[in-house]
Amino acid sequence: MNTRLPHGSIPILSSEKIDVRYVAKLARIALTDDEVERFGTQLADLLTHVDALAQLDIASVSATAQVIESRNVLRDDLPRPGLDRDVVLAQAPASQGGFFRVPRIIAVKGEAS
Amino acid sequence: MSGTTGAAAAGYEAVIGIECHVELKTQTKMFCGCLNEFGGEPNTKVCPVCLGLPGALPVPNLRAIEHMIRSGLAFEAAIPAFSKFDRKNYFYPDMPKDYQISQYDMPLTQGGVVRYWLEDGTIKECRLVRIHLEEDTGKSTHAGSGDGRIAGSAYSLVDFNRAGVPLMECVSEPDIRSAEEAVAFLEALKRTFVQLGVSDVKMEEGSLRCDANVSIRPIGAHELGTKTEIKNMNSFRSVQRAIDSEIARQVALVTSGGRVIQETRGWDEVHATTHSMRSKEEAHDYRYFPDPDLPPLEVSENTVGWLRVELPESVIRRFTRYTGEYGLNVQQATQLIDNPSLAEYFDACVALSENPAQSVNFVLGDLSRLANETGVAIYASPVVPKHVAELIALLDGKTINSKIAKDLLERMWSGGGSPKAIVEREGLAQTSDPGAVAKFVDQVLAANGDAVAQYRAGKTNVLGFLVGQVMKASGGKADPALVQTMMTQRLA
Repeated sequence: MNTRLPHGSIPILSSEKIDVRYVAKLARIALTDDEVERFGTQLADLLTHVDALAQLDIASVSATAQVIESRNVLRDDLPRPGLDRDVVLAQAPASQGGFFRVPRIIAVKGEAS
Repeated sequence: MSGTTGAAAAGYEAVIGIECHVELKTQTKMFCGCLNEFGGEPNTKVCPVCLGLPGALPVPNLRAIEHMIRSGLAFEAAIPAFSKFDRKNYFYPDMPKDYQISQYDMPLTQGGVVRYWLEDGTIKECRLVRIHLEEDTGKSTHAGSGDGRIAGSAYSLVDFNRAGVPLMECVSEPDIRSAEEAVAFLEALKRTFVQLGVSDVKMEEGSLRCDANVSIRPIGAHELGTKTEIKNMNSFRSVQRAIDSEIARQVALVTSGGRVIQETRGWDEVHATTHSMRSKEEAHDYRYFPDPDLPPLEVSENTVGWLRVELPESVIRRFTRYTGEYGLNVQQATQLIDNPSLAEYFDACVALSENPAQSVNFVLGDLSRLANETGVAIYASPVVPKHVAELIALLDGKTINSKIAKDLLERMWSGGGSPKAIVEREGLAQTSDPGAVAKFVDQVLAANGDAVAQYRAGKTNVLGFLVGQVMKASGGKADPALVQTMMTQRLA
């Protein structure tokens, strides 16, 4: 069956030069120019390593969607006590009137449901 | 003029797909034991899992997974034997883990079709791409700007009570052709989810949220035009208005030589228009990957089989049964279907009386009125379907007339019990004996010389008055048809 995927799919990684700045931006990591250079080389090495898979005959190997062996670890729909709000908010850098207070959100929310 | 009508006049048709998010009705959240409840004091239904604290492990809620499978089956979707959870990565303050647990390439349900009807009774179909399971985000309020909007706000306040609530996302194929169809499609989804008990589907409480992908193309074309995604529609009415407005905008744009650009547009209820929400042009890149904290799901054929067997009659099948087999009109059928307990009561009356037309008259007429007046639901009242069927049999057999039937219903409502017993006990049976009726007719004619003279002078509408007098004289028991015939004969 044809299952269309939600948008935001991962581009197929190849040995092409990886855009370290873009990856860093997605992960909200600030990198110096030196780091961009260094990690770029390291990531390229990693991808080359992964590319070695292309040399193998994997016709007899079924696709692995998950490496965890267990299945159907579920719980019944029963309530359990949570955390006290005062305890929770005490961990936050800022709170107000029972809410977490966070810096102003500038960008319009993307795909959050 | 609706957007669709305007589009057709200009030679275009609209192509619409719907994506909607529906909060599942469970006691607890998707991956933790915190309560899944609307409202309440902020951050009082939270724990390490739904706050995304390090080391906390999510465990899926079995009930939510059953809800998903039942929803899929209700729309004839395929339930794959293997399914898994993935992480959708992005940053937003109302999502504490910086990823949302969702399903990427192996959702719990695939395909399916939603059959729905329009106000004129036309039945339409819209295919589903998939329904997948994910978790809801928290809620943020943008403070400091005075109007709760993001623009100009000084900071945001976040409440995580909603974070981690089970959410199903339904994605339709672009099979919808008008705003009216889009609303009818959503109503069909809503009816099914309410019937299955998987969600309350309250748009005003945010348990149903929907986006629409809208494009236009020349009538007869097969290729899809460039679409825009419409957000911020907070009611069925706003879905209708927003889509109409967007179709009209696109047609105006294209017919004046412009072209539609792919973008997200927000519906503005106050100005009744959509506006561009572009604030960042980077492509979405959510870097989905299988969630290592969550083992995959295997759904056995046996489980699917049981859930399928236990499904209630589908909403569309009930609709075709009511309008086709029973001959109800679209409005009656819709009214019953939108009130499942009423529909069940009606079905019980029909099963016992084999008279759908009279059953619907009582259920949607006098019984609904009595329910409204007394604040007691029909199924909770002393009037049981067996008594309604008895009443119908008394009417069908002409033992009583409709006026007596109305009175009987009132008495049954206040605990009178079997209508047959009341009729026998109090001698309420209709008088169809011509001799007895003739006596009442002659009495009334004698006492109303003026009216008789008026009738003979051509004012035939006094006949109603005279018939009414006979009914009154007979204590409501005379057979009205017989009275009418006899009266007309006497006056001729």
